[in-house]
Amino acid sequence: MSFISRGFQRRQAPATPSDRVPPGQYVTRDFPVLSAGPTPRIGLDEWRLEVIGELDRPRSWSWQEFTALPAEEVTVDIHCVTKWSKLDTAWTGVPIDALFDGVETSAAFVVAHSYGGYTTNLPLDDLAGGKAWVAYRYDGQPLAPEHGGPARLLVPHLYFWKSAKWLRALELRADDAPGFWEGYGYHNYGDPWREQRYSGD
Amino acid sequence: MARAAVLRRLIWTVAGLVDRTDETPRVRSLTLDVPNWPGHLPGQHLDVRLTAEDGYQAQRSYSIATPVDGNRLTITVERLDDGEVSPYLTDVLEVGDRIELRGPIGGYFVWEPDRGGPLLLVAGGSGVAPLMAMLRAHLQARSDVPVRMLLSWRSGEDVIYADELNAIARDGTGVEITHTFTRSAPDGWTGRTGRLDREALAALAWTPSERPLTYVCGPTGLVEAVASALVELGHDPARVLTERFGPTGG
Repeated sequence: MSFISRGFQRRQAPATPSDRVPPGQYVTRDFPVLSAGPTPRIGLDEWRLEVIGELDRPRSWSWQEFTALPAEEVTVDIHCVTKWSKLDTAWTGVPIDALFDGVETSAAFVVAHSYGGYTTNLPLDDLAGGKAWVAYRYDGQPLAPEHGGPARLLVPHLYFWKSAKWLRALELRADDAPGFWEGYGYHNYGDPWREQRYSGD
Repeated sequence: MARAAVLRRLIWTVAGLVDRTDETPRVRSLTLDVPNWPGHLPGQHLDVRLTAEDGYQAQRSYSIATPVDGNRLTITVERLDDGEVSPYLTDVLEVGDRIELRGPIGGYFVWEPDRGGPLLLVAGGSGVAPLMAMLRAHLQARSDVPVRMLLSWRSGEDVIYADELNAIARDGTGVEITHTFTRSAPDGWTGRTGRLDREALAALAWTPSERPLTYVCGPTGLVEAVASALVELGHDPARVLTERFGPTGG
C-alpha cells in the first residue's frame, strides 16, 4: 500500500479506457521529443540500413531500395518511460519480418544502432512476428529528424526508448548486450504494462 | 563516453518537505529530507509519485537542483496550469508534508568537476534546474574549470535562482552568466534580448577549438535550436548533451 498524499486527487476523469494506458502513464496529445544529444541530419543519398552480426551474409539497403520494400500502415499506442503515452499514432513502415526474411541465424538478441551513436537492445522475438517495423512516415508525412527520421525502429509494445531513432543497423547477436539507456540503469526489457522502467522493476 | 551506471533497484521512499522557496510566481523550490538517499550526480533526476485516497496514482520526473548533501536535496518545480502533479507540489504541499519518490535516475546528462571543460551550460526556463546542480557542484568543489552559463527567459519575473545567480556573477567566481529575455526584458535592462540563435551562440559560447563540454536543457524548441546551431558552428556533437524539459516532458 502506498503512502496517501494528503489532499491529492485525480485532476480529470480519464477520457480513455484504462486498458489503453499502462500504470503510471498519462495521455498527451503532443509528440514530445527526447534525445541525449543533437539531432543527427542524414542525407537520403548517404543513408543505408543494414542487418549485421550473426547471419551468413550482411544485408544492406539504400533509401531507394528500402522504400521500395512492401510497407504497412499501422496505428498504435506508444508509451514513453518519462510517463507520457500517445494514443492512435499513425505510421508507415517496413515490417522487420521483411528485413529478416530468409535469414538463418542462431541469434536470440538484437542491438539497434543509430546514426549519432545511440544503441538499444531487444530480444529477437520482440522484433519478429508482426510486432515491429522500421518506420519512415508519421501521420502521412516524412518522419521529421527530431522524431527519428529518415527512419526509426517502431516497437510499440515496449517503452519508446527501445524504438531507436535514426536507425542505421540491426545487429543480430547470440548474447544480450545492454544499449545506451540500459547501461545507465533503465530496464533491460522495458514492458510498460509491467512498469519495467528501471533496472530491478 | 564515460558510464556511471549503478544497476541497483530503485525503491520508493517517503520523503519529507523541510523547506520551500518561491523562485518566481510559477516556480517553487522544494527541499526534501530523503531517508537513506543513496546520493546522486549533478544533472540526475528523480521520480515523484502521488497517491489519492481512492488509490489513483500519478508520477512525474523532476531534476535535482543541488549537489549531493546527505539526505537533503532540492527540486525546482514549475506549476503547469493543466498539470496534475506540479500544482500539488507548488500549491498544496507544506513543510512537514511527505511525498513518495525514488532515484537517482539518468547517468548521461551529468557533470562533475573531474569531467573537465570548459563548461557551457545553456537553459531555457525551468531547464536551469539540473544545470544549477552542476554549477553549485563546481563552486562547492572550487573547481578551476572555466564555466559559461547562457539562460533564456520569457520575462524578468521568470528568472529562477535570481539572487544566487546575481551573487555568483558578482563575486569573482569566474563564472560568466548571460541572461536573455525573449518576450519582455526587465525595466532598465541593457543586456541581451531575443532567442539563443546561431548568432548569439557564436558570440557567447566557447569556440569549437576550445572543445567545450556543453549541457543544454529546456523546452524542445530551445534544445533543438541550440544543439543544432552548436553543431553547425563546428562543435563536436558527442560533446553536446541534451535534456528536454517542460509541459510535455515533466
